[in-house]
Amino acid sequence: MLDLINVSYDTQIPNNVGLSSDKRVLKALEKWHPGYINWWNDLIPQNFQKSLVYLRTAVSVDPKGWAKFDYVKMPEYRWGVLLAPQVEDRRIPCGEHAGEPAWQEVPGEYRSLMRRLIVIQGDTEPASVEQQRFLGLTAPSLYDMRNLFQVNVEEGRHLWAMVYLLHKYFGADGREEADDLLRRQSGSEEAPRMLGAFNEETPDWLSFFMFTYFTDRDGKMQLEALAQSGFDPLSRTCRFMLTEEAHHMFVGETGVGRTIERTCEVMKANGIDDPYDIEKIRSFGVIDLPTIQKKLNLHYTLSLDLFGQEVSTNAANAFNAGIKGRYMEHRLTDDHKLTNDTYTVWDFEDGKVVRKEVPALTAINMRLRDDYSRDAAGGVGRWNKIIEKSGIQFELTLPHESFNRKIGVFSNHLFDPQGNLISGAEYDAKVGEWLPTHADGDYIQSLMKPVTEPGKYADWIAAPKVGIDNKPGDFEYVKLYMA
Amino acid sequence: MNKPLKQHLIDPEICIRCYTCEMTCPVEAITHDDSNVVIDAAKCDFCLDCIPVCPTGSIDEWRFVAKPYSLDDQFGWAELPAQGEIVAAGGDDAEGGDDLQAAMEALLAEAHKGAGGKAKAPATAAKPSVNLYNLGKPAVAKVQGNFRLTSDESGSDVRHIILDFGSQHFPVLEGQSIGIIPPGTDANGKPHLPRLYSVSSPRDGERRNYNNLSLTVKREDKGVCSNYVCDLKLGDEVQVTGPFGATFLMPDDPSARLLMICTGTGSAPFRGFTMRRQRAAAGTSGDMVMFFGARTPDSLPYFGPLNKVPERLLKKHLVFSRIPGVDKEYVQDRMMVEQEAIADMLADPRTHIYICGLKGMEQGVEHAFKNIAESTGMPWEATRDVMRDEGRYHVETY
Repeated sequence: MLDLINVSYDTQIPNNVGLSSDKRVLKALEKWHPGYINWWNDLIPQNFQKSLVYLRTAVSVDPKGWAKFDYVKMPEYRWGVLLAPQVEDRRIPCGEHAGEPAWQEVPGEYRSLMRRLIVIQGDTEPASVEQQRFLGLTAPSLYDMRNLFQVNVEEGRHLWAMVYLLHKYFGADGREEADDLLRRQSGSEEAPRMLGAFNEETPDWLSFFMFTYFTDRDGKMQLEALAQSGFDPLSRTCRFMLTEEAHHMFVGETGVGRTIERTCEVMKANGIDDPYDIEKIRSFGVIDLPTIQKKLNLHYTLSLDLFGQEVSTNAANAFNAGIKGRYMEHRLTDDHKLTNDTYTVWDFEDGKVVRKEVPALTAINMRLRDDYSRDAAGGVGRWNKIIEKSGIQFELTLPHESFNRKIGVFSNHLFDPQGNLISGAEYDAKVGEWLPTHADGDYIQSLMKPVTEPGKYADWIAAPKVGIDNKPGDFEYVKLYMA
Repeated sequence: MNKPLKQHLIDPEICIRCYTCEMTCPVEAITHDDSNVVIDAAKCDFCLDCIPVCPTGSIDEWRFVAKPYSLDDQFGWAELPAQGEIVAAGGDDAEGGDDLQAAMEALLAEAHKGAGGKAKAPATAAKPSVNLYNLGKPAVAKVQGNFRLTSDESGSDVRHIILDFGSQHFPVLEGQSIGIIPPGTDANGKPHLPRLYSVSSPRDGERRNYNNLSLTVKREDKGVCSNYVCDLKLGDEVQVTGPFGATFLMPDDPSARLLMICTGTGSAPFRGFTMRRQRAAAGTSGDMVMFFGARTPDSLPYFGPLNKVPERLLKKHLVFSRIPGVDKEYVQDRMMVEQEAIADMLADPRTHIYICGLKGMEQGVEHAFKNIAESTGMPWEATRDVMRDEGRYHVETY
């Protein structure tokens, strides 16, 4: 009997999909596996590969089993194929097939559309690991280093998840796509990653935290939408990935929060009340709040671009076909078809930013983006609480959707963070106050000195309130390999 | 109904509102508004499914309350309220709300007394679950096995009992104990209180990834519970409380060195430790040394299987006090023979010491430690106190 909860280790690839009795897919995955291991081994600096990292691994996909913690060397991490348990009699939740039984195989007419969605999602997973490959060298603590590596190995597992779907359901095309996921490289000239935001190196830890908070949150929203898919294996894959994605959100939110906390703490200790007294604040080796706002502006707006065009027929098609749902589709109470509904989006008409009603089907991307913005705003509010608690007068805000956009209706115009249309001259005069400058980047870079003593943290960031797996403050999250 | 209640809560300052707990909760006890994620005390049945899925640790918060905080109370919080006065009235520690747990903790505290001060868990120990099942709501386990470990001639009847928990969540760590409730009533017509037994299997089950565990139980003359347990038949149902014990645990650090000293059924936790290390062998660098005393080889529980454990994993000193024609040897005697190796371990901050067995062994073992430590210039009491405070010295005797 097939055990669909517990992870089986009877093949080289841990899985709960009965791989050992699916010879064709097992063989294909085993052929792909060495390339993956090579990719991983070439990626992360060698001394980290040999270090023991306190990571969590899933031994089953039910709540009791999926967060088992232990020390492991990253190349020996048990990457595998894990799907959330099948829901009996699951139905297609949206679009023209709403209410029909969910598909267990890919319907022929949606094959290429579905493959493309899976490839795009899959491409971001290894890309982010590539972007973050050197961060281990400047980790502000062993705790943070462990969190980075946890994020990395789980992005690796998410790649496995997508590759499994490609191998299992898309035949020769799927195998080719799976190989290409290892061929493309973040930042490469000849074979870059598919989405722009995934081709920039993550240069420092504040960027990493902002990336995990804002950009991984886009990933989370895409997974939420795919978790609603009528293609059941994709839905189950994404549902399990979401539980892991929560850790990435956590790393981002608390990372930025701890940076802010430390800045406020140092300001108070040195009697600085003015958050704009940047030079003085920086002289104490912490990151001033206006610079944090600039980083936020940058990462938030880059992430908004990942949602694509405001009005999109592709998105409409995917929804209508039942391939991709809306955020929390199962909790929405409309007819799940949207044939006669409208949705309000931003537009740019006659030189003005306006709100406009468009057919709801074509605004699927915007709806997801609005859900994203709401979700992102929550953490910003909690960061502000940290500032408020310290008594410093400063408030972080999300910039207007029109600011700094490269995709969509705003992309050919210039706006300030409040959403006012401005001239090139005005923009040039002010952009240094809105987006991080080279000098800001250099300053942050200058703080990136590794701290590897257990329980100690770099001076620019506060210690976390709670340890991973409830470990005490001086727990050695990474036992560094000493050559 | 003024009995204090243990309420499960979420720390709003640490929670990141990922709602993973809400999606996981099988009884929909968790909900959220625009500000907080909260738990409905009327619905939460303490299944703990939400604990491992939380990425932040914010959901592992508990308060003893006379009246549970309502959802609206919790929605309004910017931070978690401190534990109220109720605990001070209920007892001297946070466990005051539950009589059985208090009683069991008291029993364990008594067993841990030999450590000379307040016991602490190893720094790297996994977090134990305690008191998931009590007298009012015991778990029901099915007997999967009952094997005699000692020979018929040995005069001591020690049994290996395997209990299966079916679909009930009953997580244990090596070194924890469970309570077994013997059926029937005592002389006063009241139901029997549970008796504590150390678990002798590792956390992932007597059989790996099965939801079962094993106990090592010695039949005591007129012992109500031990006779009940030793007479259990395959398929019998047993009422179980616990798990109990939050300090006598093994470190998760693979480089930790374990020095284990036991007599008789005191070997139970060390069987669990050894199997844990065996199963998680990859990357383990710390050694394990065991001093195990019994009267004769055929009265030493697990004598056969123990001999099959390779010496490089577990260095074994099996010591016998009643072999005809041979001088009596006790564990402390062998410790003195091995004093160099023990001194080396005492000086290593990765070493964890565990003593488990009859109260009578304590004095001799302690004396041996004192001799060995002081021969290398380490004052024993101070060394022991430091180790204990660091969660590296553990005693459980009865």
